[in-house]
Amino acid sequence: MDHLNSYLVLSAILFSLGLYTVVTRRNAVAILMGVELILNAANINFVAFSKFVTHNLDGHLISVFIIMLAAAEAAVALAIILNLYNDRGHINVDEANALKQ
Amino acid sequence: MADFIFWMIWALIVASAALVAFGNNLIHSVFALMGTFLGVAGIYIFLNADFIAVTQIVVYVGGILVLLVFGIMLTNKIQSAQISQSSVQKGLGVLVVLGVLAIVLTAVLPHNWVGGTTPMAFDDTVKGIGRLLFTDYLILFEIASVLLLGALIGAATLARKEL
Repeated sequence: MDHLNSYLVLSAILFSLGLYTVVTRRNAVAILMGVELILNAANINFVAFSKFVTHNLDGHLISVFIIMLAAAEAAVALAIILNLYNDRGHINVDEANALKQ
Repeated sequence: MADFIFWMIWALIVASAALVAFGNNLIHSVFALMGTFLGVAGIYIFLNADFIAVTQIVVYVGGILVLLVFGIMLTNKIQSAQISQSSVQKGLGVLVVLGVLAIVLTAVLPHNWVGGTTPMAFDDTVKGIGRLLFTDYLILFEIASVLLLGALIGAATLARKEL
C-alpha cells in the first residue's frame, strides 16, 4: 500500500477489463459500464501520481473533472440508448449499422 | 492490518471488474460495478484523497449507477427476468487486451519517475482543492459548468418522445 506500483498494476488491470468490456459486449449499456471502468482506472492513476510523484493537488482536480465528465457522458449516452431502443426494440450495437447500408 | 485491508480492496476491485467484463447477466454486472466503485473509493482513502473518495461514492454509486439501472430497466422487457447479455469475438478480445496490458505494464513498472516515488500524506485536501478550483482551474471550472448545462439540455432533448 505504500508503493506506487501496486496502484499502477491495479489501474492497468482495471483498464484492461474495461477495454475488454467495450470491445466484446453487444449491449450498449454494458459498453457504457466498460467506459466507466476505464475512467475509474485513469482516476486511480491521477490520484496515485498526485500522492507519490508530484506531491500537489493537481491530480485531484483532474479527477474531479473526469468524474464530472463521466456523469455528463452517462446521461447523454443513456438518452441516445433510449432512442435506439424506441427505434429498433433492442440495443445491440453490432446490429445498429444502418449508416453502413 | 492496513496492508490486509488494502489488498482485500484490491482483490475486490479486480474480482468485481472481472464480473462486469465476463458475467452473463446484465443485472449481476451492474451490481458488480457497484463493488468496483466502492472499492475504488476505498483506494482513494488509502491515497489520502478524502474529497475524491466521497465524490466517487456520491456521483458514481448515487448517480451513474442508478442511471445505468434505469437504462437497463427501460431497454428490456420486464417479463424477461433473466436479462442475459452476450459478447462477440471473445478470443480476439482477450488476445488484444492481454497484449495491451503487457505493453502498459512493461512500459510503466520499470520507469523511474522524475522526483521519485516517496509517498506524501495530505492531511486536508478539501481546502486545497477549493482554493485551486477558484484560482488556477477557474476557466476549466466555468467550462465544466457550461458542459453540464449542455449535457442536461441535450439529454432532455434526446430523450423526448417527438424529436
